[in-house]
Amino acid sequence: MSFLELRNVSKSYGAGSTLVHALVDVSLAVDRGSLVAVMGPSGSGKSSLLTIAGSLEEPTGGDVLIDGKPLASMSHNDKARLRRRTIGYVFQDFNLLAGLTALENVSLPLELDDLSARKARTLAMTALENVGIAERAGHFPDELSGGERQRVAIARAVVGERHLLLADEPSGALDSANGEAVMKMIRGACKQGVAAVVVTHDAHLASWADRVVFLKDGRIVDQTMPPPSVESLLAPARTS
Amino acid sequence: MSVRHALLALLSEGPKYGFQLRQEFEEGTGDVWPLNVGQVYSTLQRLEHSGHIESDDTADDGPQKVFRLTEEGKSELHRWLSTPTDIASPPRDELVIKVLSAIRVPGIDVNDVIQLHRRYLVELMQQWTHLKDDEADFDLAFALVVDAELSRLDSVIRWLDQAEGRLKRAELEPAPSTVPRLRRRLVARR
Repeated sequence: MSFLELRNVSKSYGAGSTLVHALVDVSLAVDRGSLVAVMGPSGSGKSSLLTIAGSLEEPTGGDVLIDGKPLASMSHNDKARLRRRTIGYVFQDFNLLAGLTALENVSLPLELDDLSARKARTLAMTALENVGIAERAGHFPDELSGGERQRVAIARAVVGERHLLLADEPSGALDSANGEAVMKMIRGACKQGVAAVVVTHDAHLASWADRVVFLKDGRIVDQTMPPPSVESLLAPARTS
Repeated sequence: MSVRHALLALLSEGPKYGFQLRQEFEEGTGDVWPLNVGQVYSTLQRLEHSGHIESDDTADDGPQKVFRLTEEGKSELHRWLSTPTDIASPPRDELVIKVLSAIRVPGIDVNDVIQLHRRYLVELMQQWTHLKDDEADFDLAFALVVDAELSRLDSVIRWLDQAEGRLKRAELEPAPSTVPRLRRRLVARR
């Protein structure tokens, strides 16, 4: 069963002559352990897809299911709990809280979920270790480089038992080496069983995914096939 | 690809056997561009003939023959490295011609042609990126080759994105053709 499922999801904004269809009949399924990239130009509906998948916005039509449960059937509190416990978000501009250290930023969602401060900090430290930035745990965001801030944001997104990671242009503001490191970390999280969706206009980023879905004018118009083996890639060069 | 100059570069490190040159060329390009034995020896013969390398005359022909760089060979290698590779004139790119042709053919949607290629290119990029992800040991030459391929494919995708955007704008606001003016400029530059 897919961990995240969008069934015929539509989203419109405005009304009458100002009506805009951001998403039209979008269906998408993402399993645990799998990284799906949604690629499309600005205005194609990428960010709407991500906010709807993450229960930050309601669709106009269709259903969103997380771990088999339709979001539409959940209460406001259930959805808030889902966002605290199950879903991690990574944004282009990191969205770290400036007044908290790296460790506090990562432990905050756990503490908000009533975990003891001590337990939350232990789990947060493990998450920072997993993204290779434990030694910067006591630093504030403005003392960290862009690459380090994004590592903290990824640690915060996967800390605890989160199984769904949603990322919006996660390496948009970073140089290519740090961008690659970010995608490797997201892939690492997937290998641990996380289902991840990355929306981007950048083919470099998208190419880290197991599957790339192409969005245009709010519709899924195409998707890649699973990548063939390494041998088949090198075969043409070897025989020429 | 200049196998000739790559072999000169390997010999700039010191005298080497023919079989050794083949092995080092393949390793140095991350095993992405294999060379056959015949290609190596015919290139070495041509380089010897042109005076860019010399071999130990007393040794037999074959894998045990040692080659070394001459002064002419060294100058040629330096000249090659300090000369920009000729990528100044636009190549007759089949994809560009295909997209330009698709605009004119009745019953063909140029956007479908663009998307077909975009998907294919992203699939190729996925294959290269996954090689990088799977790579257990860090191999500098291999990483450089993979980066080069990814950048090349990405630049084609960027062009497709631009083309799609430009076609969309042109559809919304048809403008007088700029082809004659563009052509004049290109001719003037040559």
